[in-house]
Amino acid sequence: MQDKLNAIEKAALESLESVKDQAALDAWRVAHVGRSSPLMQVFSELGKLSKEERPVVGQAANKVKVALEAALAERTEAVKAAALAKSLEEEQLDVTLPGRTVNVGRLHPSTQQLRRVLDILADMGFQVYTSPEVESDEINFQMLNFPPHHPAREMQDSFYVEAGDPSTGSGQDGDNPILMRTHTSPGQIRAMREFVAMNPSDPPAIRIALPGMCYRYEQVTTRSEMQFNQVEGLVVGKGITFADLKGTIADFARRMFGQDVRTRFRASYFPFTEPSAEVDVECFVCGGKGCQVCKNSGWLEILGCGMVHPVVLQNGGYDPKVYSGFAWGMGPERQLMLRYKINDIRYFWGNDTRFLSQF
Amino acid sequence: MKLPISWLKDFIDLDGLTVEDVARKLTLAGMEVDEIHYVGLAMPDYSKGEKHEFKTTGISWQPDKLVVAEICEVMPHPNADRLTLCDLYDGTEQHTVLTGAPNIFHLKGIGKLEKPLKVAWAKEGTTLYDGHAEGLVLTTLKRTKIRGVESYSMVCSEKELGISEEHDGIILLADDAPTGMSLVDYMGDAVLDISILPNMARNANVIGLARELSAMTGRPLKKPTIQYATSGESIEGKVSIEITEPEMNPRFVLGLICNVEIKPSPYQIQRRLRLAGVRPINNIVDATNYAMLELGEPLHAFDYDVLTQRAGGRNVKIITRTAADGEKLTTLDGNTRTLTASNVLVCDEKGSLSLAGVMGGAESEVAPTSVNILLEGAAWNFINIRRTAKQHNLPSEASFRFSRGVHPTLAEMGVRRGLQLMAEWSGGAVAPGLVDNYPLPPKDVVVEVTPKEVKRLLGIQLSAKEIAELLGHLEFECSIDGETVTVKTPPHRLDIGEGVVGVADVLEEVARSYGYDRIPETRISDPLPPQIGNPVHEWEEHLRDLLVSLGIQEVVTYRMTSPEREGRLVSFDEYTRIANPITPERTTLRRSLVASVLEIAEKNARAESLSLFEIGPVFEPRKNDPSTGSGQALPNEPRKLALVMTGRRLASAWDVKDSPAMDFFDLKGRIELMLAGLRFTDIAYAPAALSAAEGPSYLHPGKVAEVKVNGQTVGVFGELHPLVKEKYEVGDQPVLVADFDLDALRAASPAYGIVPVPEFPPVFEDIAVIVDESVPAARVEELIKQTGGKSVSAVSLFDVYRDEKIGAGKKSLAYNLTYQSDKTMTDAEAAAIRNKIVKRLAQEVDAKLRS
Repeated sequence: MQDKLNAIEKAALESLESVKDQAALDAWRVAHVGRSSPLMQVFSELGKLSKEERPVVGQAANKVKVALEAALAERTEAVKAAALAKSLEEEQLDVTLPGRTVNVGRLHPSTQQLRRVLDILADMGFQVYTSPEVESDEINFQMLNFPPHHPAREMQDSFYVEAGDPSTGSGQDGDNPILMRTHTSPGQIRAMREFVAMNPSDPPAIRIALPGMCYRYEQVTTRSEMQFNQVEGLVVGKGITFADLKGTIADFARRMFGQDVRTRFRASYFPFTEPSAEVDVECFVCGGKGCQVCKNSGWLEILGCGMVHPVVLQNGGYDPKVYSGFAWGMGPERQLMLRYKINDIRYFWGNDTRFLSQF
Repeated sequence: MKLPISWLKDFIDLDGLTVEDVARKLTLAGMEVDEIHYVGLAMPDYSKGEKHEFKTTGISWQPDKLVVAEICEVMPHPNADRLTLCDLYDGTEQHTVLTGAPNIFHLKGIGKLEKPLKVAWAKEGTTLYDGHAEGLVLTTLKRTKIRGVESYSMVCSEKELGISEEHDGIILLADDAPTGMSLVDYMGDAVLDISILPNMARNANVIGLARELSAMTGRPLKKPTIQYATSGESIEGKVSIEITEPEMNPRFVLGLICNVEIKPSPYQIQRRLRLAGVRPINNIVDATNYAMLELGEPLHAFDYDVLTQRAGGRNVKIITRTAADGEKLTTLDGNTRTLTASNVLVCDEKGSLSLAGVMGGAESEVAPTSVNILLEGAAWNFINIRRTAKQHNLPSEASFRFSRGVHPTLAEMGVRRGLQLMAEWSGGAVAPGLVDNYPLPPKDVVVEVTPKEVKRLLGIQLSAKEIAELLGHLEFECSIDGETVTVKTPPHRLDIGEGVVGVADVLEEVARSYGYDRIPETRISDPLPPQIGNPVHEWEEHLRDLLVSLGIQEVVTYRMTSPEREGRLVSFDEYTRIANPITPERTTLRRSLVASVLEIAEKNARAESLSLFEIGPVFEPRKNDPSTGSGQALPNEPRKLALVMTGRRLASAWDVKDSPAMDFFDLKGRIELMLAGLRFTDIAYAPAALSAAEGPSYLHPGKVAEVKVNGQTVGVFGELHPLVKEKYEVGDQPVLVADFDLDALRAASPAYGIVPVPEFPPVFEDIAVIVDESVPAARVEELIKQTGGKSVSAVSLFDVYRDEKIGAGKKSLAYNLTYQSDKTMTDAEAAAIRNKIVKRLAQEVDAKLRS
């Protein structure tokens, strides 16, 4: 009997050697440890054996069963491992094929740059103030100390708006024609008046940023546009000095253009500020050595600024003997052009997606 | 203004300062140097990596190669008629130099010259400009043979030395030019091209710039001494002046010089004028220009004999008056101009002579035959001159200055300087005296400043004495009384105001003289103002981010358009019109933001897929409101959002072929996500009314919806009407557009809260019902939600199905329902809710459960 069991075990293990996949494993299980397998035959025939033989053969058969089941488990693992190894080997992607994308939206570069400026200003305590794009001559010019026919108006040629109702005869020849604002500065007057209204007896201090679209009567070329964004900062308070202006703008420039960037204040002229200055930053393209972007000067003209003119303070409702302030203005598109060496300003409102998608 | 450094040195000592030092100082003080043009002086060497500071052009003259020399004799060339050989002496030895210069040709063969000609001589190996080349091309002089005669050096023209374009002859220097001297030492120069700010017209002259440098460096200003001999009869009594409108003409001064010889000015004068950008004419005209560039007072020279003739031999009477409308004057550029009543004229009793302050008349101008010269220096109203120069399109050196304001003091100084120069260069005799009519002297402005004000506004601590010193350099007259500096405006400037304006004007001068670079940088010590934020701006920025996160590209377009451009999409009765459009393409302010974005979609039509948005104002004209008294009303500027989508839903790729075109529901999905992102919950979409009055007729009548939030219409969207789409070159695919009123949308913004995440597991179930085509899906969903109440936490349509088995005119709508309770829901409870829903749907919309 023992011989028979040995033969069963040997035959089964030999047969297992050639098992290579799950189907063969299942077949082997039926054939060798299944109900009608020779081994199970031995168990079912135990009853026919003598009382003495029965435990001996039973134990021997059980031993074979355990051995065969262990061999099956081992073989099953091996088959799985082989199958996995095979599939890993087969599932080779061409990793150089392009990935799947989704449609990506982006902010217009001008919006992005406006945000950079406004974010820095927000950190410095400047709140956003917006005002109309179509303005009266009075607020765009006269209140800002540009008298009619003043030579400074030549710096800001304007688009005028026809009288809304020609029957009244008030047109652009009147003393207060309507025009497309030439700068964001009319917002200074509107803001000051609003702040004064909050507390006329002791007007509050002001620290605002004025962003928005402005218009100049200029032919559209690679270097000039009829419409452009501007951002202005305005500070009004008691005891605001030119030194504060320099410090604030230098702080701003370091945030905007880099911690090590040097600034230079040049005397300049704007009707609505005095003293006025133009601020240059060291060319961030060449580091001041001279290049095409800075026209070999090493400096980039980046913003105009000055102490708010007493007449402007007065027009806003702030007593220039008590209050003082400063303002500065800059152009996000110009900043982008310098930063990215964009040589055609028309790209901005052209909105070619091949341009926009680069930002 | 072009400033030759050599001229500047007449009035201030610049020893120890480089050309760049001077340019830097002027630039920082507000006289921005745009370019340094070298004409002989050594250019800075940037080869070792030094920083550039200015745009630099021009040429340096090699000191050892270019020298002053003299031509002793002009001899014929043996083999060429048009060339000459010059016997030239360079101070140490003789050379033979070959030239074709026509301006010495007449001296050929007359033997040794009585008075040698002083010339600029270039030795072998000199680098200079090629006189025969187009433009400026550098070349180096090499030894060569020309028509058999050896040549190794050259006598130079202005072009060859970079002084001007002139190459018609060689330069003939003044007789006293020292032979053998290096040319750069004799007349090496550099020209600063300076932008003059509108408030700095006083510095549009050499002395003005020298004065500024004097203030910055502390070096003294060497003012010119204007002295000359006079002879003959006095001008007084011979000529009279009548000023009819002193407001227009506050001062008029005349001087007389007799027996002048009209000829070219000395070479150095011509050279300076050329470098300053003024063409030399003759000694008399040059004297007026030279004095103007030097002092800032434009002068005008009349032929006195022409005036006497016009007066019929009687005394000349000059009258200044405004022109009659339609009056004509031929100006010295040869154009006959029709004048208006705002133009001011200089006349005599016979008629007009010149357009005051702008341009002289042709008849009385100085001619080569003139003998006696009447010289005018005047003061004019700068606003009037500015308008006249603009009206007649006559920008000139004179009108540039007069239109920015020239102090009347300079009228007399200018005439005397002009007479002095004319006498020096023409041999004429200046008549004693001047005729000076000065009806309206400007008020001498006096301003008081204190160290306290300086500290308050500039943030620097200066004593009264220091303030007075800084201002004194700019010729302000200052007196100190305790802590107060009383400042009197110098008689060359008109830009200082009164009161608080005057204080600001003077403080600016203090700051400039002190040096902006020396003022410290401080942080604002004033407390922060009330923080009120800008909710509108912040909300719009949030919306921008939301749209970008949905894969939509922002565009920013022109606000100016034309009714024709917008008319492809939509027409309006009224527009805000531009009175002076720069192009016929852009004559009105936009009323439709969608039209602007569609133009951008059209420009990008080559793209496979486009999703664009813009946020910005449109402009709605308003009727004038006579009650405000200010005339015109500003247009309304409502804020809008426009969306445009077209093209493929998915980008083509190796595993994406022929992705379908985007349709109505692609846009609607974006809008749903946008409104969800803005936290709206009460949202309804309804078919839009399409009459022109109520809805946009540019949309497809079956593919258009109105968006309502909280019951209020905030926008409309849909597919572009096929007939409208034809007008745009945007390809064959549907174009989806949306137009939102942002003011309404923002006003409707809800407060929102967060609901807790459910603790118990939900039960999911699908339900499909068959309804008539006419029943909107939204109605079925509404009924499910109403009936299910809070037990149904989500309803989602996952299939819309039509076929014959269901029946014509019917559709099957299949929904995923999510049941949710505050305990674990049993299947029986779910089934009960479901039965209720099915019953309700059957009752309300005749729905049949699909099995």
